[in-house]
Amino acid sequence: MPEATIKPLTLNFGPQHPAAHGVLRLVMEMDGEIIERADPHIGLLHRGTEKLIEYKTYLQAIPYFDRLDYVAPMNQEHVFALAVEKLLDIEVPKRGQYIRVLYCEIGRILNHLLNITTFAIDVGAMTPILWGFEQREILMEFYERACGARLHAAYFRPGGVHQDLPAGLLPDVLEFCDNFPAFIDDLEGLLTENRIFRQRTVDIGVMNFDEAMDWGLSGPMIRGSGIAWDLRKSQPYDCYDELDFDIPVGKNGDCFDRYLVRVEEMRQSLHIMKQCIEKMPEGPVLAPNHKVTPPRRDDMKRSMEALIHHFKLYTEGFHVPAGETYIAVEAPKGEFGVYLVADGSNKPYRCKIKAPGFAHLAAMDYMCRGHMLADSVAILGSMDIVFGEVDR
Amino acid sequence: MNQALLDLGDYIVTTLGEAVTGSELINDELVIWAKSDTLLKVIKFLRDNQNCQFRQLVELTAVDYPSREDRFELVYCLLSLTHNQRIKVKFSTSDETPVESVTGLFSSAIWYEREAWDMYGIFFANHPDLRRMLTDYGFEGHPLRKDFPLTGYVEVRYDETQKRVVYEPVKLTQEFRNFDFSSPWEGIVNLPGDEKAEQENEEGAA
Repeated sequence: MPEATIKPLTLNFGPQHPAAHGVLRLVMEMDGEIIERADPHIGLLHRGTEKLIEYKTYLQAIPYFDRLDYVAPMNQEHVFALAVEKLLDIEVPKRGQYIRVLYCEIGRILNHLLNITTFAIDVGAMTPILWGFEQREILMEFYERACGARLHAAYFRPGGVHQDLPAGLLPDVLEFCDNFPAFIDDLEGLLTENRIFRQRTVDIGVMNFDEAMDWGLSGPMIRGSGIAWDLRKSQPYDCYDELDFDIPVGKNGDCFDRYLVRVEEMRQSLHIMKQCIEKMPEGPVLAPNHKVTPPRRDDMKRSMEALIHHFKLYTEGFHVPAGETYIAVEAPKGEFGVYLVADGSNKPYRCKIKAPGFAHLAAMDYMCRGHMLADSVAILGSMDIVFGEVDR
Repeated sequence: MNQALLDLGDYIVTTLGEAVTGSELINDELVIWAKSDTLLKVIKFLRDNQNCQFRQLVELTAVDYPSREDRFELVYCLLSLTHNQRIKVKFSTSDETPVESVTGLFSSAIWYEREAWDMYGIFFANHPDLRRMLTDYGFEGHPLRKDFPLTGYVEVRYDETQKRVVYEPVKLTQEFRNFDFSSPWEGIVNLPGDEKAEQENEEGAA
């Protein structure tokens, strides 16, 4: 019988599929069960954030950052606050910095809990997601107690954080830090030595040093490939240089190593949180420059100037001197940056958001080629994709 | 002022000579001004040179300045893990001239350039797969251009009779409101009513 050439089968995956992590449409060309080409179609959650920010004052732009990576919202606000502070050249009081770092690390645990557990459910483990979301609920309560919102916080402002922490919050966070390692152990007990989990993840989606560089990977993706690169260490912002923590790195650059890196990062985050609570000084949480930060409520009752500042700030907003900056922070998913161009008015001229997930998803085609269909789900899960930030 | 960055900028400018038009430090961040025809050479040099080793392209974007002759300013943000430094390469281009694609040097540029094409309509020559990225299938226009309205031109709704999603020209029940809270007093030398004082002076003189 003569050999017949078979046209590759085109398979449409998503956008409505639980393993698509939101609204990814993946068009795959299959040779049997081998992926020959994976073409992610993104943009189904595109809301034009960058365009909208150009029409809003600097303060009004902050809530948009919560809605990018809605799994760890405060880490996104952080980068915008840092960029505006750099252009305005204002310093954040120490207590404000410590509160920010504390909440960034809570955000990191929030993110990794969601990622590890959904990754596990993608490759067949049901239990971790049920356990993990219980812990996430506790962390979201910390969010709620600080800023009143579980998800869309708008808590980090240029100049510090909006309000000081309520009394009694820090001891509860400390209690969480003491209890949480036992949960990580339980989680690892379910996954790390699990035969099915290992079969699905070890040696899947391997990225070596050169590939990770070429595709612009960052965060746990690059650390899984054995590169000890963490912006918290190498280009420290806020008070990260005063804190002691380690950077976990993987060896093989496969999906399993990325999982291990995230687990260890959660432990390191707890370590950072404890130090933050220990070292947190008393004092103001917002810079005293009332051209940028709102005056205290009780000042407004007595001081005419404070009242004027408050009114001007919430109508006109503050003016940022012309200039531009690219600032990046180590968000849980990787390097989250903002390229902010100011023209001297009260609105950003251009605000380009660099989302780590965008670069990771760009590498999807490269990583999937030659793998089996089921592996594409494992690769996608290990990339930690949230479409809020990919589509913007 | 960061001396290391200044030195690096000088080094790049002297080594590349004609290919770049200069370097400057903006907010303590190094910017290299390139030209559209030498872009590939500059980026390749920054990636491969021992003293640079900017091996990651972390960002590629554009800024639109409609009043300029070359309206787009393209920005390439590069990162060197070895030297722990960042650099920006910039140059201006118009909406008609194609820009040489850097996908041959950095694979991450494939999606970044697609996005720039989608959002600004900057055409990248020799790009392997220049399709739209974030906008809808069949979308027209380039939304991040300054002359593109915030509301866009079309809106979608589900049509019960046709049993499908239909596109319609956008209808605003209320005009788009651009709140301008900028202080009316700033930068104004002559306030309304000032001319009366002058008229009175003249009348008084006459």
